[in-house]
Amino acid sequence: MITPSERLRTAAVSLATLVRKETHRYLRIWMQTLLPPAITMTLYFVIFGGLIGPRIGPMEGYSYMEFIAPGIIMLAVITNSYGNVVSSFFGAKFQRHIEELLVSPTPNIVILLGYVAGGVGRGLLTGAIVTGVALFFTRLPVEHPVITISVVVLTATLFSIGGFINAIYAKKFDDIAIIPTFILTPLTYLGGVFYSLSLLPEFWQTVSLANPILYMVNAFRYGVLGTADIHIAVAYAMMLGFIVLFGMFALYLLNRGTGLRA
Amino acid sequence: MTALATKQLTKTYAGGKVALHGIDLTVDAGAFFGLLGPNGAGKSTLIGIVSTLVTKTAGKVRVFGHDLDLDPWAAKSQIGLVPQEFNFNTFETVAQIVLNQAGYYGIPRRVARQRAERYLKNLGLWERRDSVSRTLSGGMKRRLMIARALIHEPRLLILDEPTAGVDIELRRSMWDFLRHINDQGTTIILTTHYLEEAESLCRDIAIIDDGRIIENTDIKTLLRRLSTHAFLLDVTDIPKELPELPAFSLHQVDETTLEVEVPRERALTEVFAALAEHGITVSSMRNKSNRLEELFVRLLKWHGEHKETAE
Repeated sequence: MITPSERLRTAAVSLATLVRKETHRYLRIWMQTLLPPAITMTLYFVIFGGLIGPRIGPMEGYSYMEFIAPGIIMLAVITNSYGNVVSSFFGAKFQRHIEELLVSPTPNIVILLGYVAGGVGRGLLTGAIVTGVALFFTRLPVEHPVITISVVVLTATLFSIGGFINAIYAKKFDDIAIIPTFILTPLTYLGGVFYSLSLLPEFWQTVSLANPILYMVNAFRYGVLGTADIHIAVAYAMMLGFIVLFGMFALYLLNRGTGLRA
Repeated sequence: MTALATKQLTKTYAGGKVALHGIDLTVDAGAFFGLLGPNGAGKSTLIGIVSTLVTKTAGKVRVFGHDLDLDPWAAKSQIGLVPQEFNFNTFETVAQIVLNQAGYYGIPRRVARQRAERYLKNLGLWERRDSVSRTLSGGMKRRLMIARALIHEPRLLILDEPTAGVDIELRRSMWDFLRHINDQGTTIILTTHYLEEAESLCRDIAIIDDGRIIENTDIKTLLRRLSTHAFLLDVTDIPKELPELPAFSLHQVDETTLEVEVPRERALTEVFAALAEHGITVSSMRNKSNRLEELFVRLLKWHGEHKETAE
């Protein structure tokens, strides 16, 4: 008879294995996973912050470079946490080595947590790299460290789960590019990365409030600069709410075997 | 003790194709069990359900007494699966693949390393442990899948066509290894298209056709059903007209080869004596075909005709 504590220990080993494997994956291919965002975000800082920024002038009392830095960091976190999970999980499906996990006694919640941990790890590491790049161009005061860190972790978690759901439904490689290209990127760019909400006409300000990414970018900006277009409590509620909702949905799909079991 | 028991296992795929029609199957602990059947018979679906890669439509599966629905953790812990197609991460090394699999079964890294060394050495892969798996030869990939399936030391090992595309030498060494594993107490379920393999390895056998078990017995009982044995004889001096041998059916295959069917109750020496009387010398002989193969074909044919009649 296997005791509950033994099952828990086994699940912990499974989770550690999966997290190690996922971490090793994105570190092994760092030229594809860590270097590109560093280069892209450097270009953002050079072009938008260094060349165009001075002509735009201060925004919300900060230099344009200071204002966009938190948004650019979040942009990197969102795209990388999402991209890591969607490509890794779909790759495992495509090569069929996901079957290694499916035949094992690893509980579905551990599979979800393992992949999400990988996505969060890459998201945070990329965020740290982009932050390092940002410090060459501007100062980042980090007014509220706890908020800054918690928001970036929650955002990476949410988008990692999003990537997981996308990968479950994906049947071909095109399917893992559709959401990032046609939904995620536009929502991120329109989420106040490069501008303050107050610059928009009232109608578009209201429309923008339906964009969940706006809350994350602004909450992070509040943590770093101490200014935001939205209420921090609302941002936390949205992030936590979506994490619970998406997490339960992902687990439901795993339990059903959607896209995984014939 | 029963290693695997399925009860009324049914699978209907989304398109409406019924792959399994209420399969009842029992495999005893310690058995070397052969699951045979033509392509599309339902073997892989059955294995897929037992290993949880395929969702069943109805029925029950118990692995060493653990219900796969009620206690999947305990049931899955007992099973090691070697699938038909390569399904490992081609970007990982041999060692990583095996160690990760151990981790998924909750085996601590330290223990997993010891086991990995043992199994990789046993299967001749230790020297290639740091090689990326895609660089391995086909035979090595097959052995890697066996090492991976054994790393958590399952009580039930399921092999789906493990020697497909493997050269004869390697196939024989894999047979020896599987026999050794079975002797150590691991129950083995094997599907194969090589009936010679099933006859050589398996003590018990089930034949599945069109999603139904049409035969489930031990191999000796099954082979006893063959009423005749067919042999090919390499001979010299075949006369223009073949002699008629009472009790034996004889016909010429080519200029130097005769085919003879010998009833089970008659001795082969009688054939030689009868041929010698007619001046025919037998220089060598061989089985016309694998005995199990012969039975297999007959059973499937009978089942096909029986089904047509029923319809």
